[in-house]
Amino acid sequence: MSKLLQAQGLGKRFGGLQALSDVSFDIEQGEIYGLIGPNGAGKTTLFNVLTGLYIPEEGSCIFNGESMTGKKPHEVAQAGLARTFQNIRLFANLSAIENVMIGRHVRTRAGVLGAVLRTRATRAEEAAIEARAHELLEYVGIAHRANDVARSLPYGDQRRLEIARALATDPKLLALDEPAAGMNASETVVLRKLIEKIRGDGITVLLIEHDMKLVMGLCDRVLVLEYGKVLSLGKPAQVQRDPKVIEAYLGAGAAQDPLIHQERPAS
Amino acid sequence: MNATLKKNGLTARNLAGIALIGVALAVLPFVLGMAGQSWVRILNFALLYVMLSLGLNIVVGFAGLLDLGYIAFYAVGAYVWALLASPHFGLHLPFWAILPIALALACLFGVLLGAPTLKLRGDYLAIVTLGFGEIIRIFLNNLNAPVNITNGPQGLNRIDTFKVGSFAFGRTETLMGIRFTGPEKYYYLLLGLTLLIVLVCVRLQNSRIGRAWEAIREDEIAAKAMGINTRNVKLLAFAMGASFGGVAGALFASMQGFVSPESFSLMESISILCMVVLGGMGHIPGVILGALILAALPEFLRAVVEPLQNMLFGSVVLDPEGIRMLLFGLAMVCVMLFRPAGLWPSAVRRRELSSRNRGGEA
Repeated sequence: MSKLLQAQGLGKRFGGLQALSDVSFDIEQGEIYGLIGPNGAGKTTLFNVLTGLYIPEEGSCIFNGESMTGKKPHEVAQAGLARTFQNIRLFANLSAIENVMIGRHVRTRAGVLGAVLRTRATRAEEAAIEARAHELLEYVGIAHRANDVARSLPYGDQRRLEIARALATDPKLLALDEPAAGMNASETVVLRKLIEKIRGDGITVLLIEHDMKLVMGLCDRVLVLEYGKVLSLGKPAQVQRDPKVIEAYLGAGAAQDPLIHQERPAS
Repeated sequence: MNATLKKNGLTARNLAGIALIGVALAVLPFVLGMAGQSWVRILNFALLYVMLSLGLNIVVGFAGLLDLGYIAFYAVGAYVWALLASPHFGLHLPFWAILPIALALACLFGVLLGAPTLKLRGDYLAIVTLGFGEIIRIFLNNLNAPVNITNGPQGLNRIDTFKVGSFAFGRTETLMGIRFTGPEKYYYLLLGLTLLIVLVCVRLQNSRIGRAWEAIREDEIAAKAMGINTRNVKLLAFAMGASFGGVAGALFASMQGFVSPESFSLMESISILCMVVLGGMGHIPGVILGALILAALPEFLRAVVEPLQNMLFGSVVLDPEGIRMLLFGLAMVCVMLFRPAGLWPSAVRRRELSSRNRGGEA
């Protein structure tokens, strides 16, 4: 397995707040990589830095052999890193299928001239975009909702639509920001199967999640952030037993509690 | 986007409808011409406003960028024609040379306006574009010294009419036994160009580019994260909108034979924005309707208000010009209160507004 993403000493500051400091990690091709930490630990900031929405003050990020440091969000997406958002950011007034079709933008070419003249190539491309979008809706299991307005979809479906839209960009790495937030137990099970299917299709997954059962069951490796620093990194079982992690989640003293070692830390 | 409907092609009923509208559009100037040539001229201005509204609609309706200086591009187009086809510089270039120059220069100005405003949205963007519109007008007003380029506030006159070979659009002529006046000929020219612009707009809206504009309007950050180069796509919207304005301006100059900075005031920018908003932002048929209504309304009032007052009071109590502004304002207030999405809104826009009224989502 080769390294798909290598982050080296990333640092991001907002005024007086050091949101990230010296964050280094790497993601292997084909793994599901978990990113956890208490609220405000800097998980979403790290996502924003990786996807180009924030420019880090320190450190570098290499994705698929290409330096991503200082790259614009659309260049990062072009390189094959797609994401979803913690507070769903769909194109709320457009239909589900249109949302996914917009995701195809980066992999298609038609310009003004092609669109105005409606050339054979443009028409073929449009048909392909629509077909692919339908396929992706099918893939995430909301094909029956294709013509519904994104805003009117149930919460779980909106999350899945965001995943379909991100998949439309043909990513190598799919970064999911709390995809299970607000989902009930059965929806989470479906989501888990979906993430496994995505990985099975050769797409590497980076996952921020608060649902520990999901993270521990799904991820190959887990990175724990606290106060913008790497607290722990390793296989889920190792991380779970790390006294520093237990302390961060449950408070000092908890690490000594024998009960904790039997139970998994709750979210 | 209803792709399945589009694929079905045209039914017989659709074809009949199109034929009927075509015939109506073809004979319209003659019907109006019976009431006087000035009505044909008004119709021509209405068509110019339709072009302008469609251009502004790309920026405001499709891409969601509020532009209060749109008339500047109209001015650029008009002055390009005026300078390249009038005795002022002694230049009399043919239309096929001027129109591309007007289009390209307006396009360039669109990009010039777009580039520094890429990071601005809403109110801030509106203020900068407003300033831009005024800068262009003031330049036109003052570029008569030290070198006389625009002839300042006096404007330029004796501008050449649109001419294809020896066929001049400004002249009355008898073709195949039918007498065509200048305005009537211009009507067909403007109608052709308007239809072309409508076609371009419709095709752009239902394309990859149109979707990218929609994405930016809906959520710029998500659009970026989906790989849309928001800078280029926004500049494209400004450039496309501006180029339509430039073409409309060139035709305006050729039709009027006279241009002056007065025609390109802030009020004009606002009027065009009103047409877009009144009709239904982002919805091409709505925008056309808005432009036609607002362009025809003042002329209609002029024709009705004075005789009506004479009839009722025996004299003109209220100046029609004053009433015009009053009714204009009143109409806008009513539309915004009762039909906030416009008279004929697109489905998307209706949804946007209904979500806001319900408080929307987080």
